[in-house]
Amino acid sequence: MTVDERFSRDLRETLKDRPLGVRNEIVTGPVSDWAADFSHTEPEWAADPYPIQDELRQRCPIAHTERFGGGWLPTRYEDVAAVAYDTERFSSRAIIMSNFRPPREIAPIGGAPPISSDPPFHHHARKLLLPAFTKAAVARREAATRAFCHSLIDSFAGRDVVDAAHDYAQHIPMRVIADMLGFPPEDGPRFREFVENALEGVNSPPEERVARMEKLFDYLYAQIRDHVDNPRDDLTTYLINVELGGHKLSPEHVAGTMGLLLIAGVDTTWSAIGASLWHLAKTPADRARLVAEPGLLPTAMEEFLRAYAPVTMARLVKEDMRWNGVDMKADDWVLLSFPAANRDPAQFDRADEVVIDREVNRHAAFGLGIHRCVGSHLARMELRVALEVWLERIPDFGLADPAAVTWSTGQVRGPRTLPVRIG
Amino acid sequence: MKVRIDSERCQGHGRCYDLAPELFGEDDEGYGHVLGDGAVPPDGERTARLAVSNCPERAIEIL
Ligand code: HEM
Ligand code: HEM
Ligand code: SF4
Repeated sequence: MTVDERFSRDLRETLKDRPLGVRNEIVTGPVSDWAADFSHTEPEWAADPYPIQDELRQRCPIAHTERFGGGWLPTRYEDVAAVAYDTERFSSRAIIMSNFRPPREIAPIGGAPPISSDPPFHHHARKLLLPAFTKAAVARREAATRAFCHSLIDSFAGRDVVDAAHDYAQHIPMRVIADMLGFPPEDGPRFREFVENALEGVNSPPEERVARMEKLFDYLYAQIRDHVDNPRDDLTTYLINVELGGHKLSPEHVAGTMGLLLIAGVDTTWSAIGASLWHLAKTPADRARLVAEPGLLPTAMEEFLRAYAPVTMARLVKEDMRWNGVDMKADDWVLLSFPAANRDPAQFDRADEVVIDREVNRHAAFGLGIHRCVGSHLARMELRVALEVWLERIPDFGLADPAAVTWSTGQVRGPRTLPVRIG
Repeated sequence: MKVRIDSERCQGHGRCYDLAPELFGEDDEGYGHVLGDGAVPPDGERTARLAVSNCPERAIEIL
């Protein structure tokens, strides 16, 4: 057996070599004016961001904040699309709006290719992943996903109230991505911790965040070494062996992409399944209609993705510039709210209503342009199967306690506690 | 009626081959392509329009 030298170095050394970035003072607490002091990490935003975004779209369509070292929030579809398409002036070298800006030298690759990459490198890093995530490729996982959803519902036997987010939605993407990467299925609870920390912990002290990132790295490197010793037919072995421009990938690229698939694949899909079940639990007419007309589900699902789009991204401004009437500075954040774009009345009729048979639905829940979600076909399969199985097995359900529902904070939004009455 | 995909704009969202599988397919990387010469039979015009109006990148044209 040959040793793969790339992964024999101590990973902490790899991390120590990384260039320094820039930190700013952490500002938390109630927002004074959403147009001049917005924050996506305050409880008011987590509870219900839509009225805030709707009001901003009318009053100040490109809002500003001094928090997070300075940033902007466009709420019109047109502006969100323009930023997503303009990879010349907006960089993806950081995509989580936090209090830390990674150094410019990490572009165009970034810490977690391809989501953190800019052209021209982005194209190559993305191309490596596409074949494993086509509609045809993910269809092969449908039967196993369906059986797993049934087993989750079997485990509800004898209970009148279950937590649809915690006991159902959460487990589905965790199991699917663990299978694809070839990680032990029982490690699910550990992924949840990594994911929550990465996306929800943006205002925690830097030492804590770095320590948590190192824990994730330790886990990924342990999995990589195990796959180097015991290659198998999964994405981890694929990433270890695949070549880009005649060379195998750097250890940071392999680990970064694995970390990305883990983080991007779990919280997002969990949120989409949870938000859809939340809507159906509180809207008996829509629930009854989908039970009666299961063929409408694919259309309804796109509407849930539009109205409750779980993912907001971020970009960093490359150079000082005047952009659509505001003065942006180099390294300002732009919070790229696909959820706000999806509720712009200039783009959608009855934008603030959930219309489950909406036929024209050019929503942007999976992004626009070159970073279109690589996992969108997988996520759609998981969401459809999760809802089909739930509606088949539990056609009659409702919110057990509307006040007990809680939502995640930060850039991925979905229910985290969702007690529903099923019996 | 004929349909065409602008491959410069297509990002592989797959709304076209989800909604109108008799007119569009996916390639090995998930990008959309028209099946055959893109000619739309008269009873397929509604689905063709549905695909056009759901493509997030506005990549599908009706000729
Ligand atoms: C409903 C569930 C999901 C939603 C709403 C969602 C949304 C998004 C969005 C909006 C982007 C664009 C990022 C940007 O513009 O910077 C993105 C990128 C990405 N997503 Fe997803 N995602 C979901 C599920 C998944 C799953 C299941 C996976 C894989 C296991 C995944 C993997 C990725 C990857 C690899 C990228 C980076 C693509 C690139 O930069 O080229 N996502 N996702
Ligand atoms: C050159 C490469 C990298 C640099 C310079 C870097 C730097 C950092 C820094 C300074 C933080 C703390 C951010 C803050 O205080 O807001 C952080 C957080 C984080 N990084 Fe990295 N990182 C790199 C690569 C990666 C890679 C490859 C991954 C994925 C496997 C990753 C995953 C994370 C996660 C998940 C967090 C959040 C940790 C938490 O709060 O729990 N990083 N990174
Ligand atoms: S819907 Fe549009 S972007 Fe998606 S595959 Fe079809 S043509 Fe391409």
